[in-house]
Amino acid sequence: MVAVTPLLTTRRLSKSFGGLRAVHLVDFTLPEGQIRALIGPNGAGKTTFVGLLCGRLSADDGEIRFLGEDVTRLPAHQRIRRGMAYTFQITSIFARLTLLENVALALRRRLHGKSAQVRAEAMRALEQVGLAGRAAQIAGDLSYGHQRLLEIAMGLAQAPRLLILDEPTQGLADSEIDDFKALIGAVAGQTTILLIEHNMDVVMQTAQFITVMDGGQVLAEGTPEAVKANAAVQAAYLGTA
Amino acid sequence: MSETAKSLAFHGAVVALLVALHFALPAYHHGNLARIMVLAVYAMGFNVLFGYSGLLSLGHAMFFAAGMYGLGLPMQHLGLAAAPALLCGVLAALALGAAVGFLALRTTGVAFMIVTLMFSQAVFLTILYFGEYTRGDEGFVIAQASRAIAGVDLSDSANRYFAALAIFAVGLAVTLRLIHTPFGRVLIAIRENEERTRMLGYDVFAHKLGAVVASAALSGLSGAAYALLFGYAGATFASVQYSIFPLLWVLLGGAGTIIGPFIGTVFMFYLIDISSGLTSAYMLIAGAVLVALTLFARQGLVGELRRRVMPWLP
Amino acid sequence: MDFGPYLFLASLEGAVTAAVLALTAVGLSLVFGVMRVVNVAHGEFFMLGAVVAWWVASYAGGHPAIGFALALLIAPIVTGAVAAVADFLVLKRLDYDPERTIVATIGLLYIIQQTVLMTYGPEARPVEAPFNVRIYFPWFGYSTYKFFVIGAAVAILLGVWLLMTRTRFGLVMRATQLDRETALAFAIPVDRVYALVFGLGAALAALAAVLIVPIQQAHYLMGGDPLLLSFIVVIIGGLGSLAGTIVAAVLVGMSDGIISVFFSPTLAKIIATLLVALVLVFRPQGLFGKRAL
Repeated sequence: MVAVTPLLTTRRLSKSFGGLRAVHLVDFTLPEGQIRALIGPNGAGKTTFVGLLCGRLSADDGEIRFLGEDVTRLPAHQRIRRGMAYTFQITSIFARLTLLENVALALRRRLHGKSAQVRAEAMRALEQVGLAGRAAQIAGDLSYGHQRLLEIAMGLAQAPRLLILDEPTQGLADSEIDDFKALIGAVAGQTTILLIEHNMDVVMQTAQFITVMDGGQVLAEGTPEAVKANAAVQAAYLGTA
Repeated sequence: MSETAKSLAFHGAVVALLVALHFALPAYHHGNLARIMVLAVYAMGFNVLFGYSGLLSLGHAMFFAAGMYGLGLPMQHLGLAAAPALLCGVLAALALGAAVGFLALRTTGVAFMIVTLMFSQAVFLTILYFGEYTRGDEGFVIAQASRAIAGVDLSDSANRYFAALAIFAVGLAVTLRLIHTPFGRVLIAIRENEERTRMLGYDVFAHKLGAVVASAALSGLSGAAYALLFGYAGATFASVQYSIFPLLWVLLGGAGTIIGPFIGTVFMFYLIDISSGLTSAYMLIAGAVLVALTLFARQGLVGELRRRVMPWLP
Repeated sequence: MDFGPYLFLASLEGAVTAAVLALTAVGLSLVFGVMRVVNVAHGEFFMLGAVVAWWVASYAGGHPAIGFALALLIAPIVTGAVAAVADFLVLKRLDYDPERTIVATIGLLYIIQQTVLMTYGPEARPVEAPFNVRIYFPWFGYSTYKFFVIGAAVAILLGVWLLMTRTRFGLVMRATQLDRETALAFAIPVDRVYALVFGLGAALAALAAVLIVPIQQAHYLMGGDPLLLSFIVVIIGGLGSLAGTIVAAVLVGMSDGIISVFFSPTLAKIIATLLVALVLVFRPQGLFGKRAL
């Protein structure tokens, strides 16, 4: 059998905040092309973990390998350049710029500023999330749900090898959640997705594989069915043993 | 008409108006306007950093002074000709910008303001310390005979006016071009949301450093041109007051607008010119305007104009 | 004079500088600690204190001690009131946004300085010391008033410390410093606390100035140096840390006195400003403090 290098691995990855072990000795492997959900109760360390992956936080200890390369000490922008994209848990867009410019900023680094091509690809990314008609609007004027979609469009526009989505459906209406699920279905296969999500419906319908975190550690991993049946997972979520 | 075409027409019209004013203005205002156009380039340089990149420096006088002395000292002591001295002034400011930016950009917000203030103060004190060469507060006059480029006598008022206008047009063109380049767009993105920009894969530090260097170079160009056209270099131009002036001009005219720095410089120059005729405490006006601007008009004059009438103004 | 006595004299002068500097810097530090406001106009409050002291002393007449005692009372009150009004009219309306507040206090700096220039004029004027007994060391005579300055500064700083740790107002201040939102939720009138703290900070600078005017004359441009030195002290001591501020004031005051005996004062200032910049760049929590700017 040929050993395939996974897209991303971590070994004994750890991060503490003043004595609190937010992430502790996490070993994690993500194969290319997978849609992986990261779940767990509040305070489980999910956001800290993905923050370590993309370089918003620096690890105290352990190692992160992306595309076979040790990226543990690289600054965030270097990791993004190697093919990661990150969408923020709390919407973080350029509120006073147009939608088109928001997406164009996500594209220009890759396309080296060829303006006609940037414009065409930006429109395509906006079309993908259904916001093409609003390209000239100021992003801050959008509804919250549309801002979340814009954020995803900015993630997709980077054509990443790994797209990290931190609670993308938080605060969305049911119809918008349906649109989101369809969107994930549509981009599946083009990119690897790591998804932090609280909405179990979304997780069960989109994820191919699930990692459960609790207390800064990986509690369980498996297919959606296996995780659903796992007693430890139920205990962590429902407080029943 | 597209927004780009409108903007080009507008700024072209401003330059044309300034050409026309050469023939219309009485001598006193003609001289003032030459000064204002040169100082406006300083304001434009400050605006690249403050208005477009969101970085507030309280020490820009060091870059203005670097240009001024970078031109003045070699002309005075080494007999360098005006044209290479002008280049030397810009390069001095550029190098200082790179060094200061490299250190100061490790800080943000209030710390960045204080660090730039302190570096600038150190430059000011250094000029005083080497009074033997710089003649300190008193300053030195650059000999009229040496103030010529390609045979054009820059101490002649008409020549000086057009030289000032040329420098002004360069400043205008450079800033207008800058904000439409990918580099400039990233600066605006950093101003709007630094963390987001970093997480789109941009090297925020390198872009900010580029902004400091560009801003310092424009400020240095202004300082060098000022010394060359008006024949004087003095330590006052390195004092805190000259770090506060561009802030005033830009706030008054409109931060993050291309023409705002010029409009702000015109207004403030005449406000101080008129009030210094009435009292020696003319900086009172500057203080009052500063407080009023932070309280009531954060957008400045051109910012308000853009908001109400001309949304296409860059 | 030999080197030993020379150093002794420099140390005495340094101690006077340190005492006055500690008072001024604690005022700046208090305002930053509680309100997170960098007050660039602080030096002008110092200057205002000195000018008010001159006015009071010249109207009081009689024995110089009467005028001085009145000035010690009136100058900080007047200066504190001016500061509180400025807080109410300007800083409060800016919602204490750090960058806009700095710009506004630069404006205040010019307004105060230039108003004094218009009314008090450009002259430097002395205030007579309340007493002028000299004590004689084997090598030189020294004014006892300077010892009084040191003693008074220590007493006032002790008073500030008691105010912060032993009174209800101190408790309220510290609560506001820790968390503005929670303080509001506990019905602490944050607006009034801020105005009082800003006034208190200015009053401390004014007190320092009253103590120094018998040695150094009152002049409308005298605020620049205390501002710079206070910044140096507060940044080296760690912003918002009162103990660190006092330690740094003693350090800077003493070394300023001693260094300017041996080096050119301009060179000393160049080194000091670069030191502040580099401390902020490489050790933003100060040499003694824990919190970054």
